[in-house]
Amino acid sequence: MSSLSYAAPTSVDDAVKLLAGASGLAKVLSGGTDLLVQLRSGRLKPDLIVDTKKIPGIIGIREENGGFVIGAATPGAEVEAHAKLKAAWPGVVEALDLIGSTQVQGRCSLAGNLCNASPAADSVPALYAAGAIAVVVGSKGKREVPVEQIPTAPGRTSLAKDEFILEFKLPARPARASDAYLRFIPRTEMDIAVVGCGISVTLNEKGVCTAARVSLGAVAPTVILVQAAADVLIGHTLDADTLAKLDAAAQAAAKPITDKRGTIEYRTKIAGVLARRVAAIAFDRASGKTNGKAH
Amino acid sequence: MAKSYVSATINGEQTEFLCETQQTLLDVLRDVIGLTGSKEGCASGDCGACSVIVDGRLVCSCLVLGVEAEGKTITTIEGIAQGDHLHPIQQKFLEHAALQCGFCTPGLIVATKALLDENPNPTETEARYWLAGNLCRCTGYDKVIRAVMDVAAEMRGETVG
Amino acid sequence: MNYIASDLKVVGTRPIRPDGVDKVTGRALFAADTRAAGMLWGKIKRSPHAHARILSIDTSKAMALPGVKAVVTAEDFPDIASEEAFVGEGPMNFRDLALNVMARGKALYEGHAVAAVAATTQAIADQALDLIDVKYEVLPFVIDVEAAMAPDAPILHDDLFTAGVTPVPTKPSNIAKVVTFKKGDAEAGFKDADVIIEGRYTTQPVHQAYIEPHACLATYSPDGQINIHASSQGHFMIRAYTAKLLGLELSDIRVNPAEIGGGFGGKTLIYLEPVAVALSKKAGRSVKMQMTREEVFRGSGPTSGATIEVKLGAKKDGTIVAAKQVLKYQAGAFPGSPIGPGCMCGFAMYDLPNVDVVGYDVVSNRPKVAAYRAPGAPITSFAVESAMDELALKLGIDALTLREKNAAKNGTKTHYGPTHQNIGFTAVLDAVKSHAHWKTPVKEGQGRGLAVGFWFNIGGESTATVHVNEDGSVTAATGSPDIGGSRASIGMMVAEVLGVPAERVRTVVADTASIGFTHLTGGSRVTFATGMAATQAAEKVVDDLKRRAAATWEIPVDAVEWKDGKAYPAGSNAGAFEPLDLAALALKAARTGGPIAAEVAVNAQGAGAGFGAHIADVSVDKETGHVTIERYTAIQDVGKAIHPSYVEGQIQGGAAQGIGWALNEEYIYNAKGQMENAGFLDYRVPVASDVPMIEAVLVEVPNPRHPFGARGVGEVPIVPPMAAIANAIRSATGLRMVDLPMSPPKVRAAIDAAG
Repeated sequence: MSSLSYAAPTSVDDAVKLLAGASGLAKVLSGGTDLLVQLRSGRLKPDLIVDTKKIPGIIGIREENGGFVIGAATPGAEVEAHAKLKAAWPGVVEALDLIGSTQVQGRCSLAGNLCNASPAADSVPALYAAGAIAVVVGSKGKREVPVEQIPTAPGRTSLAKDEFILEFKLPARPARASDAYLRFIPRTEMDIAVVGCGISVTLNEKGVCTAARVSLGAVAPTVILVQAAADVLIGHTLDADTLAKLDAAAQAAAKPITDKRGTIEYRTKIAGVLARRVAAIAFDRASGKTNGKAH
Repeated sequence: MAKSYVSATINGEQTEFLCETQQTLLDVLRDVIGLTGSKEGCASGDCGACSVIVDGRLVCSCLVLGVEAEGKTITTIEGIAQGDHLHPIQQKFLEHAALQCGFCTPGLIVATKALLDENPNPTETEARYWLAGNLCRCTGYDKVIRAVMDVAAEMRGETVG
Repeated sequence: MNYIASDLKVVGTRPIRPDGVDKVTGRALFAADTRAAGMLWGKIKRSPHAHARILSIDTSKAMALPGVKAVVTAEDFPDIASEEAFVGEGPMNFRDLALNVMARGKALYEGHAVAAVAATTQAIADQALDLIDVKYEVLPFVIDVEAAMAPDAPILHDDLFTAGVTPVPTKPSNIAKVVTFKKGDAEAGFKDADVIIEGRYTTQPVHQAYIEPHACLATYSPDGQINIHASSQGHFMIRAYTAKLLGLELSDIRVNPAEIGGGFGGKTLIYLEPVAVALSKKAGRSVKMQMTREEVFRGSGPTSGATIEVKLGAKKDGTIVAAKQVLKYQAGAFPGSPIGPGCMCGFAMYDLPNVDVVGYDVVSNRPKVAAYRAPGAPITSFAVESAMDELALKLGIDALTLREKNAAKNGTKTHYGPTHQNIGFTAVLDAVKSHAHWKTPVKEGQGRGLAVGFWFNIGGESTATVHVNEDGSVTAATGSPDIGGSRASIGMMVAEVLGVPAERVRTVVADTASIGFTHLTGGSRVTFATGMAATQAAEKVVDDLKRRAAATWEIPVDAVEWKDGKAYPAGSNAGAFEPLDLAALALKAARTGGPIAAEVAVNAQGAGAGFGAHIADVSVDKETGHVTIERYTAIQDVGKAIHPSYVEGQIQGGAAQGIGWALNEEYIYNAKGQMENAGFLDYRVPVASDVPMIEAVLVEVPNPRHPFGARGVGEVPIVPPMAAIANAIRSATGLRMVDLPMSPPKVRAAIDAAG
C-alpha cells in the first residue's frame, strides 16, 4: 500500500524540520491545484506532503515600505480582491487571476505557480517583470531571491530540499509606473498559455519610458526575462517604430518548442503580438489613461 | 498507512471522517460520507462538476485533499436547499430548463451560489467567465446563463420580463 | 389518433421536468453514485502502444497483492465468432466489440484494454495494474486515414478484406468497405456545368465528451443471475451486448438504468459491463468500475476524422447540375465508421440530377469510433456546405438563394434512394430569410456564414406502459433512458391524451426486467417512437376508462366521451350522469375489471427527417487567428415541439458542440501514436465564455406519422455549425479554411499564407 504522509505544521521551523527530515520525496502543498493533479495521475509519488497553509503569514497581503508583501500561499481570489495591490500592480494581479477557473482561483497561489516551474505559468512572467523577490526559508534561515532565479528547468527549481517560499515582495512603485500581463489561449478561459507576456514600465512626464522589464512565458524551458525587449522600450515613447522593434525583439528572444499547445512558428509570432499589446496596456496604465483589466 | 481523523462542518453539520492522505475531498464526500451529489468528471480541476464552497471560497473538491478539510466549513450541492425549500437558484434552473443530463448541474448551482454571494449583480460576461470552469456539454450554456441572470435579478428584488 | 390539429393543453407548454428536482439537489443517482455491500473496485490495464502483439500477460504478482480479488484477461471471455448485429445506432460486429472490450492477441490502439483487476480499494486496484506484466512486440502503426489506405500501410487485421469491390480482394487491407451511390450521370452533368467548384477538406476525430465518465456496478450471483447498474443510452443494449460477449441468456441479466450524464451517441456501445461481470463472477463480489477522464478519451469512441473531396457543377443561374464526393472516414481500430450516413447526408438537402458519391471505411490505430450526434453527417456537411459557399461566391449568388434554388422538397428523390416526404426544409429556409439575424447587416469587421444540415431521424422498437394508480394519479414507464428531458416529453403526451395536467403523470425509465424491449436512445428517436408507444398506451387507458364509465352508467361505450380527464355522457341522449374523473374511476377499478393499465409496444416508422439552418457571425483576430462567435442563430424544423424548452436546449447544445468541433476540438497524437491531449485541459470543449447566446428558432412542420407531429430534434443541430463558421470566417477574412479544427494557429497560418 502507498505510504503517503501528511503534515500541516504551524510554524516555519516545524515545516523546515519536516522537509529536512523527510526520508523520501517530500512536496510542499500550497493551493494544490497542480500537486493534486500530479498525484492523481500518478506522475508524482511523494512520501510526504507538507501543507504550509497553517504557517502564520503565508496567507495574506500587507503593505511594507511602500511596497507589498504577498503570502506565498495566498489564494488568487484573495489577491484579486485587494484593491490597493491591484492598483499598484495590475499586471501581477491579472496574471494570477488568469490561472484556471474561478474554482482554481479559490486555491492557486503565487508560490505554487512559481515552484511548479512550468514555462507556461501565468503569474510568473508578471512576477519577473515586476522584479518580485521571493522570501525563501530553510534550515539555513531566510534568504531573499529574485523570482527569476527560482525556476531552473521545467518542473525544477533552485530551492533546496528543506526550503520553501514564505512570501513575495513587490517593490514600491514610483509615479507613472505600471504593468500588464496577457497570455494567448485558444479558448477564452481554462487553457494553459500558448505564450504569455508580462511588462512593467516606468514613464517620465513626457511618456518616455525610463525603466522597463519584459518577460515571456512558454517560449523557452523557463519563463524568460528579455532584456533586449526592455532596451527597445527604454528611452522611447510607444510609437509605431518602438512597437515594431519590440515585436522583433520578443520574437528574437522566443525559443519555443512545438507541442500540443502550439508550434515554434506560431508561438514566435504570438510572442511579438503579445509584447506589443501588453506594452500598450502597461504604457496606458502608467500614463494614467486606464487601469482596466487587460482581458 | 494509518488514516487521518478529520472533523469538518459539512452542510451545517459537524462531520467526522477518516481518510488516507491521497484521498481528495471529492473522494471523501462521495465514497466515505456518501454525498454523491458532487460529481467526478475529470479529477483534474478542469470540469467543475465537483464544485463545493470551502470557508466561503468556491473550489473543485477534486483539488483539495480530504485531510485539508480539518476545521473547515463546507457547502456541497446537498446543502444548497433549505430542507424541502429549493434555493432560488435551483428553482430558476428548473424553470429555465437549464439542465439536460443534469450531471454538471450540481457544480453549476454551487458555482452560481458562490458567484451571487460575491457579486449579486453580474453582467452576462461576468457570469460566463465565472462559470467557465464548469463544463456543460448538453446545453450550450444558453439556458444556464439565462437562469443565472434571472435568479440574480430575483434575489436583488427585481423582476425580469 | 392524431392530435396535430387539436387544441392542445399540455403539449407545447413548458412544465418543470419530472426528474428536475433530483438533478438540482444532487439526489439523482448516476452510474458512479451507487454502491453495493462488499463492493470491489475494478480497473482496466490499457496498452501503452498504438499497435502491438501481446506476447504474454503475467498476472501472478497482481493476484498476490493483498486486497486483489480477481484479475481477468481475454482468456476469461469467450472467443466470439464474427456476427453482424444492429443493436446500437449503427451496424456492429459482436466479435469486434468483444475484441474492443478486451484485446486478444493484439493491442490495436493506445488505451486498448488488455487486462482488468478487482480489489478492495481503488488504490490497491491501481497498484495491481502496475504489477500486471504484459510483454508486447511493438508493431508499426498507422494513425491517419489516408496513410492507412496506402498499399504499404501496416495492416491491423489479417482477416479484413475490403467489402464492396469486385473482384473480391485476396490481400487484407485497412479499407474495410467501399460504399458507392450514383444518381444520373455526374460526368455528363459536369460537362454541362458553367461553373465548377472543387475542394478537399479534412476533419479530425472529436470526442462526444459527455461530462459523466462511463461507469457501472455489476453483481454476479452464484445462480448465474446478474444485476448491472449502469448509465448508457440503452440498458437493453447493455443487456444484449453483455449477454453476447459472455455467452449468457438475456433473462439472467437485469440492467438498471442509472441517470445518464450525457452520451451524444458515445454511450451506445459498451466498454466496462462485461469486464465488471467477469470480475464479479471470479471474485464472488459486486464490482464497481468507472473510467477516468483520461480513459474516456483514450479508450472510448470519438467520431471519425476524415478526408472529403467535393466537386459541384452549376449553371450560371445557380442550378446545380452535378455533384461528386469522395469520403474517407477513419473508423478507429475496427470497421464501422459512419461512412454510410456520410455518403448520404452531404447532398440530402438538395435536389440534384446527377450525383456520384464514393465512401471508404478505413481502420487505423485509434480508438474504435462510436456514434456521435448525427453520425457522419457533420463531417460530410462541413465539406459540402463549404463548397456551396464557394459556389455561391463564384456565381455571385447569395448563399441563401443558392440553397433555395436547389433545395430538396417533398417528392425529391435522393441520390441514395428514398424520396423525401413531409419535409420542412423550405419552411426552414423561409425562416432564415425572415429572421432578424439574416436581415441585419453584418457588423463592421465581422463575417457571416450560413450552412444547412440534414439528419434522417429514426423510429424503431419501443415499449411503454401507462398505469392509473389507485388514487387516479398516473405513472408512465418506458424503456428509454432519458438523456435530455424525454421523461418530460413522454409524460406530457400521456397527460395530453388523458386530459390531465403534466404534473399528474410521473414518468420513469423502467429496467430491462420491468418493461418490454426498447431500442436505445439514439437517432433522435425517443420522443418520436417511445412517445408514440406511450401515446397509444394512454389511448388504450382512455378506451378502458370509457368502457368502465359506460359499465358504471350502464350505457353503451360509444355513448361515453373522454374530455379534460373525465368521462362524460356523450350528449343528452346518453343520459344524465355526473362526470367521472380519474380518481373516481380508479376507486371503482376493482369492480370494473381490476387495475387500470395498458402496455403498448411499437416498431415506429415514419420518423420524419429533420433540416436545420445555422447563421453564424464571427470576428477574427488577424494577429492571433482567434475566432470569436459574435452571434449565432439555429433554425430547425422540429415537427412539433412537445416541450419547447428542451427542444431549444437540444438545438443550443448541438450548436455549441459544433462550435467546439469547428474551432478547437481534436485528437493530438505524438510520434509513438499516443494521444497527447487526453483531458479537458487540452481537449478543448467550449466553456461558457466561449459562446454567445444561441438563438434557437423552432419551425413546426408537423410530421403526419407522429400523433402530435413530432420529429427527432437532437442530431440535426450539430450538422451545420462547422461550415457555418467556416463560411463566416471566409466572409470576415476572404480565406477558405478547409481543415478542422479552425484553431488559432491554422487561421493565422492561412492569413500569413495569403499575404
